[in-house]
Amino acid sequence: MSPIITAIVVISALTGGLTILLLIAEYFFANYGEVTVDVNAGEKTLKVKGGANLLATLASQKLFLPSGCGGRGSCGTCKCRVVDGGGPLLPTETPYLSDEERKTSVRLACQIKVKNDIKIQVPEELLSIKEFETVIEKITDFTHDIKGIRFKLPEGETIKFRAGQFANLFSKPYDEVREETSRAYSISSAPKDNKAIELIIRYVPNGMVTTYVFKHLKEGDKVKLIGPFGDFFLRDTDREIVCIAGGSGLAPIRSIILDLIDRGISNRKATFFFGAVTKKDLYYVEEFKEIEKNHPWFRFVPALSRDDSDHPYAKGLITDVVASNYSDLKNMEAYLCGSPGMIDACEKVLTSKGMPKAQIFYDKFS
Amino acid sequence: MDIQSIHPLVIFFAAITTNNILLTNFLGMCSFLAVSKDLKSSLGLGVAVIFVSTFTAPLNWLAYHKLLVPFGLEYLQYIVFIIVIAAFTQIIEMIIERVSTLLYLTLGIFLPLITVNCAIFGCVLFLVIRQYTFMQSIAYGLGAGTGWALAIAALAGIRTRMEKKSKVIAELEGPGIALIITGIMAMAFIGFSGIVKIN
Repeated sequence: MSPIITAIVVISALTGGLTILLLIAEYFFANYGEVTVDVNAGEKTLKVKGGANLLATLASQKLFLPSGCGGRGSCGTCKCRVVDGGGPLLPTETPYLSDEERKTSVRLACQIKVKNDIKIQVPEELLSIKEFETVIEKITDFTHDIKGIRFKLPEGETIKFRAGQFANLFSKPYDEVREETSRAYSISSAPKDNKAIELIIRYVPNGMVTTYVFKHLKEGDKVKLIGPFGDFFLRDTDREIVCIAGGSGLAPIRSIILDLIDRGISNRKATFFFGAVTKKDLYYVEEFKEIEKNHPWFRFVPALSRDDSDHPYAKGLITDVVASNYSDLKNMEAYLCGSPGMIDACEKVLTSKGMPKAQIFYDKFS
Repeated sequence: MDIQSIHPLVIFFAAITTNNILLTNFLGMCSFLAVSKDLKSSLGLGVAVIFVSTFTAPLNWLAYHKLLVPFGLEYLQYIVFIIVIAAFTQIIEMIIERVSTLLYLTLGIFLPLITVNCAIFGCVLFLVIRQYTFMQSIAYGLGAGTGWALAIAALAGIRTRMEKKSKVIAELEGPGIALIITGIMAMAFIGFSGIVKIN
């Protein structure tokens, strides 16, 4: 027999034999039947085959907990709360869990076997990240280089996100670009408006996705979106809010303000400073003026840095306009969205007026 | 001296001391560094390593000498050894899990962690390279596992004490200081050299 055939036969016989042994052992020893995994108190119920570890079981149901080592119990990132049915704390988990976590029944998903019905809690975001095959409902030209696009989700589907988060938009291959590419854009619509999402996109010369959006997309086209992502969102406190944005950075701020209105929060004052170069770069002004008129807690301050024509808006750099509006910012919190340069400059102004860094949240466009 | 004539007991002691698989070969480091934070877990993992290396050493000896050598397939040893180790730990884990919860918590739970442990794999490769006999490989498997368990228990003991009393600079906390301690332990183990020699 040729050596290659011998090798194939021997290895196949060995692996085949061991596989049969494993299957027999599994049938007799690891057969736990069908069990139910309850995620976030009934929000999702999964029927799965028992016997595997929780991390793999959830992954087979398309719920991906973060994991660095792939289930070998050496990174400790697949933590989740097991409310019921997790069994005793295992010695392979203890090195990764703090006292606080042990008390709140946090466990390592890769170490727990799903042998019986189990109740778990995972961060809300993990449940809500989804892929959507959307249809473009409307494209609006806001300025010469900024468009607003409304994407309709498939019939019956909804998106759950926090105001301020972003979604990834996928371009299809076009011209010389052969591959699908994706870029992140902040969601500008309100979370309540959950059957569609709106993104605000500024044209980047030679940008792979923005070129696709500006030169190829039309109303009625199908586009893939994945989201929501990101930790830039409105925090639930009582502090007065200072929002500062430039260009397409208006998107998450609009979502935040609309969300405040929808949730009926009127005890927090909010001011939105919108920086632009000239009058031509402003958009959504009427909408924000209208909100200002109807909601006494909201103030809209557009500022133009290089427009000497006659206009009713504030004049100068956005940082100077913000600085001239406040004396002490210690008890307020800020939400910034725009270019890295603008955000760094704003952060400097805010901290110089006494705002602690922990109260400044931002989303840098890079 | 002919290697086959060394008494298995000598090989057993050498594998713990002068040829400690962790402190002289630095094998099995990832679980060593990760689990050594906790003494109880370290002991459990140590026992699991002893158990698996003691059984997989002779099993793989059989696979090598009775299957691969007769067919002239020595070049497939890596694949075969890994398959044998993986299948063995899987089956044992399933059995333990079903039979005894207590045994599962103290031993079974660690088995999947060491399926791909390089200390176990290294032990099997060494016994092939050094041409041990069947009895010698059992002794070597037992010794290598015991040596590994001893090293992790020692490190866990030191780390538990240090956590309470010593101030470690932030940059060295965790794996950093653990590696330094391991290095010092390895140097201390050089003190055993000359007692027994197996390669």
